[in-house]
Amino acid sequence: MMHPNAELRRQVIAIYKELLYLGREYPLGYGYFRPRLHKAFMSRAAERDEDKIRAGIKQAEYVKKEIEALYYLKRYRALRKRYDSDA
Amino acid sequence: MSALRILVPVKRVIDYAVKPRVNKAQTGVETAGVKHSMNPFDDLSVEESVRIREKKRAPGGVEDICAFSAGPPKAQEILRTAMAMGADRGIHVEIKDGEELEPLTVAKLLKKSVEEQKSNLVILGKQSIDDDAGQTGQMLAGLLNWPQATQASKIEFGENDSVTVTKEIDGGVETVRAKLPMVITTDLRLNTPRYATLPNIMKAKKKKLDKKTLEDYGLTNDKRLKVLKVTEPPQRQGGGKVEDVDGLIGKLKELGAL
Repeated sequence: MMHPNAELRRQVIAIYKELLYLGREYPLGYGYFRPRLHKAFMSRAAERDEDKIRAGIKQAEYVKKEIEALYYLKRYRALRKRYDSDA
Repeated sequence: MSALRILVPVKRVIDYAVKPRVNKAQTGVETAGVKHSMNPFDDLSVEESVRIREKKRAPGGVEDICAFSAGPPKAQEILRTAMAMGADRGIHVEIKDGEELEPLTVAKLLKKSVEEQKSNLVILGKQSIDDDAGQTGQMLAGLLNWPQATQASKIEFGENDSVTVTKEIDGGVETVRAKLPMVITTDLRLNTPRYATLPNIMKAKKKKLDKKTLEDYGLTNDKRLKVLKVTEPPQRQGGGKVEDVDGLIGKLKELGAL
């Protein structure tokens, strides 16, 4: 069987799609983000150990949170510079 | 304590990261083909409304969170974003592409909407980052004859419909208390808005979105303001380097600073 755990496979694809979606606004551009994201996933495509896949998904979730925080901070700082006289 | 019915007006504006370009006719900035997103201050008001519900901060609970936008057909995307963040439904008042509403018209429109939706709390951004008028919330409070708390950095709910708002003012904060219904405008430090994730945007497509027109509210897009000319700010003059102290003094004298 190619995909022993369909549920994990679904989760991996879902987080990949979410990261792709997030990457559209990446400061260095989608062209920078997408190949790197693809490489990160492809490099572990052969992983069959379920615990390791789960750990990988966790790591992806973490990266997602970090990117969201990055976007927030970038915007917050830009606005603070523009609108706070003492910034 | 009455249950909250929150109205959250949002505006579609040029994305904060885009450098706006003045159009050839000098009547405004170029909007065609430019990335747009939700006004960042409106992001804060959507987030705050959703948090009031999630953290159960209002004793009477939150009955409804309605996002409202008046703008071109694409403003619907912004309403979807608001619903993806947690608003229950949306109302879109369609304005033709290229037309703009003035703050007073928006305030009149919001007043009608508040009456129609029986809202008892309006949370809106303190200003939009395109026109930077910063007037809509205040005008709305005036038209409704409701109390207002502008530039909020903290919102707390108390007994008997009382709301305590910490406001950002020059050089510090100011705390005001009022009873519902009221109008609150948000400032940058109120909260950290969540990111509208892809699955949530998909789910938001199932939420209800009503389409209306200005005429439905018995209004017309009257213009009281006239834009005479829009120009780029003057180019920054580059600085110069001086060789030594004498050079500096000479330069300062030349500029009349000494």
